Amino acid sequence: MEIPYIVETRPDTGLHNGKLGIWLFLASEVMLFGALFSTYIILRVGAPEWPHGELSVLLGAINTVILISSSVTMVMAWASLKMNDWGTHRLYLVATFALAALFLVNKYFEYSEHLGKGEGPWHSTFFAIYFTLTGLHGLHIVGGMVVMAYLLGPGAKMWKKNPDQFANRIEATGLYWHFVDLVWIFLFPVLYLL
Amino acid sequence: MDNVTTHESVAHSQAHDHAHHEELGFWRKYVFSVDHKVIGIQYAFTGLFFLLFGFTLMMIMRWQLAYPGRPIPLIGAWLGQDRAPMGIMLPEFYNQLGAMHGTIMVFLGVVPLAVGGFGNFVMPLQLGAPDMAFPKINMVSYWVYFLGGVTMLTSFFLKGGAAQSGWTSYPPLATLPIANGQTMWLIGMIFLITSSLLGSINFITTIVQLRAKGLSFMRLPFFVWAQFVTSFLLLLAFPPLEAAGVLQLMDRVAGTSFFMPSGLVVSGRPLTVAGNGNPLLWQHLFWFLAHPEVYVLVLPAMGIVSEIIANNTRKPLWGYKAMVYSVVFLGFMSFIVWAHHMFMTGMGTAMSAFFQTTTMIISIPSVIILTALLLSLWGASIRFTTPMLFALAFLPMFGIGGLTGLPLGLAPADIHLHDTYYVIGHFHYVVAPGTIFALFAGVYHWFPKATGKKMNETLGWIHFWGSFICINLVFMPMFIQGLGGMNRRMYDGGAQYAHNAGLLKWNLVIGFAAWGLGVFQIPFIINFFSSIKWGKAVDKNPWEATTLEWLAPSPPGHGNFLTEPIVYRNPYEYSVPGAAKDFSPQFEA
Repeated sequence: MEIPYIVETRPDTGLHNGKLGIWLFLASEVMLFGALFSTYIILRVGAPEWPHGELSVLLGAINTVILISSSVTMVMAWASLKMNDWGTHRLYLVATFALAALFLVNKYFEYSEHLGKGEGPWHSTFFAIYFTLTGLHGLHIVGGMVVMAYLLGPGAKMWKKNPDQFANRIEATGLYWHFVDLVWIFLFPVLYLL
Repeated sequence: MDNVTTHESVAHSQAHDHAHHEELGFWRKYVFSVDHKVIGIQYAFTGLFFLLFGFTLMMIMRWQLAYPGRPIPLIGAWLGQDRAPMGIMLPEFYNQLGAMHGTIMVFLGVVPLAVGGFGNFVMPLQLGAPDMAFPKINMVSYWVYFLGGVTMLTSFFLKGGAAQSGWTSYPPLATLPIANGQTMWLIGMIFLITSSLLGSINFITTIVQLRAKGLSFMRLPFFVWAQFVTSFLLLLAFPPLEAAGVLQLMDRVAGTSFFMPSGLVVSGRPLTVAGNGNPLLWQHLFWFLAHPEVYVLVLPAMGIVSEIIANNTRKPLWGYKAMVYSVVFLGFMSFIVWAHHMFMTGMGTAMSAFFQTTTMIISIPSVIILTALLLSLWGASIRFTTPMLFALAFLPMFGIGGLTGLPLGLAPADIHLHDTYYVIGHFHYVVAPGTIFALFAGVYHWFPKATGKKMNETLGWIHFWGSFICINLVFMPMFIQGLGGMNRRMYDGGAQYAHNAGLLKWNLVIGFAAWGLGVFQIPFIINFFSSIKWGKAVDKNPWEATTLEWLAPSPPGHGNFLTEPIVYRNPYEYSVPGAAKDFSPQFEA
């Protein structure tokens, strides 16, 4: 017997295995970042004072624009695949990867500026939270980039053999990528603006 | 996924027959296997090893409690100067043993055996599925678990030894720079949590997607329901502990103060940390996992016991539907009871009132499940096989464990009982003679499916009665000690306090019972290994059971079933009036 519903959907659940899997994974991610945001709330409520204006709102805003754009290119990468346009798909996926890299470059400048001033995670509760949350988020960006690199490189061969399964993989990657984007949309106001 | 091929021959799958006509090499077939049955057996072996290892740590601790300050016999000389100079245990080493006993038993022993072992091996078979939904992720989750285990074990050999702040790792104690073991503990936990997450995604997807034709949710064996709810608990409760682990790791290596309050003075010196942290926050995050974790330990055990009781009473389970609704409700409730572990932290009476109410409510579904199992015995002509003996013992043992938990769930009673041996007695009754007995029952019950051989009944009988008597002599006296006010985690057994004077004698009883319990595991180990080779060969359905795993050959080949199974009926149709035989399997029309 072969494992069923890898590509086609199961009639009574309307899902293929991978789609359910990625949603469950995202549910656990919600709990992970939920716990971290709760930590932020509890520590901030209990703090005698809270610093304002420590971070560069401009850099943060640029990074927000970058990530939202990368979500758009990700959707386009999937949509063009569904329309059987391989060339456009490649273009959009490369663009998503490049935007992710750009985000990290920006982050590098932010990090090095604060570390240069001695404002590392040990400095205060604010910087402890800043580095831990953006650090974990950055790891998620890197994870997404690894998957995209695989789908651009050796993983792309599947398109010839099994186009439906490849499109499913791009869709799952996209769902993950939107989640990473969403986390940043929470992080930006919480750390930079409030 | 690509390498799942169908094998019509049963012989291919036999563990010792891997010689020629097999396209997978030894490494791919037995070590880095993607077959759920091999992975299940890997989990089970590793889990059993860690259970034995964690129990050994406890047997060493019990020597120190029974005979404080006397050289440890047999192994004392090899423990080294840092742990036990001249064979006499140092307090630091006692703390390491305590912390690692808890960690190993829970995260490396019971959960991997109950969920990773039985869940992986039995659940896809009961669904009529060829494998798990994501076989490669399944393999990764085992190896990440293995890495976590190795990390925990190696921490014993670091300078300063393993973690010694208890399995709960409360800060600020756990964050102090003494003992590098704590950092290793955190890294190990992050491995184990990752492994659990991957496993639970796989389990849920498999149950939702890979059920055989005709196998609706209300026809699932109760074991599958138990694994289903367990997986949701692992999926949603573990990430907050992962977050907490990351934060404590930051506290230890990056100098943050998430859990470190300001103005802390340790050994007369003020601690130089940024401060403003909140030590209670760790406890909330920890117990947000660790209370659902209790149900992760118990639910698979209930699932195993249900299968065995239905099979050996030759009757349908009494109140199957009520059990299913209870287990789902229990899963939900387990997320909102966590702070009943924290009544003594000064979090306030309003919080305590809320959590003691939810705690009382969660006992209701547990009682429904236990009562349903008990009523299932009514009027049955019971087959007292070895698995049934263990399953039957689970009922009163879990009952004692559960009922003694009620006073702990009420804030006023907890003030007296908190941090005493009563607590130790309570949760060990749930997990040791409760869950671990159910796990033994499962080993005896599904051993014929995994190997094609039956385990020896006489050795099983000795194993059961010896363990049953000894384990009660270990844990029953702890209630007496705890009610008398004896504190847990005392390196000298509490001898420094006058009020313990009359209670210390029980430490001798417990010590000898614990070592006796160790001795009575020898028949099990002999039985386990000798039966693989010399056990009585059996056909595919030796227990005359009704669920789908008994349709597959024993042991099942790659792909599990020779033909696609179709389900025609409910899971426990035993002694159907008018039927030709006393069991009507799900797979027979």
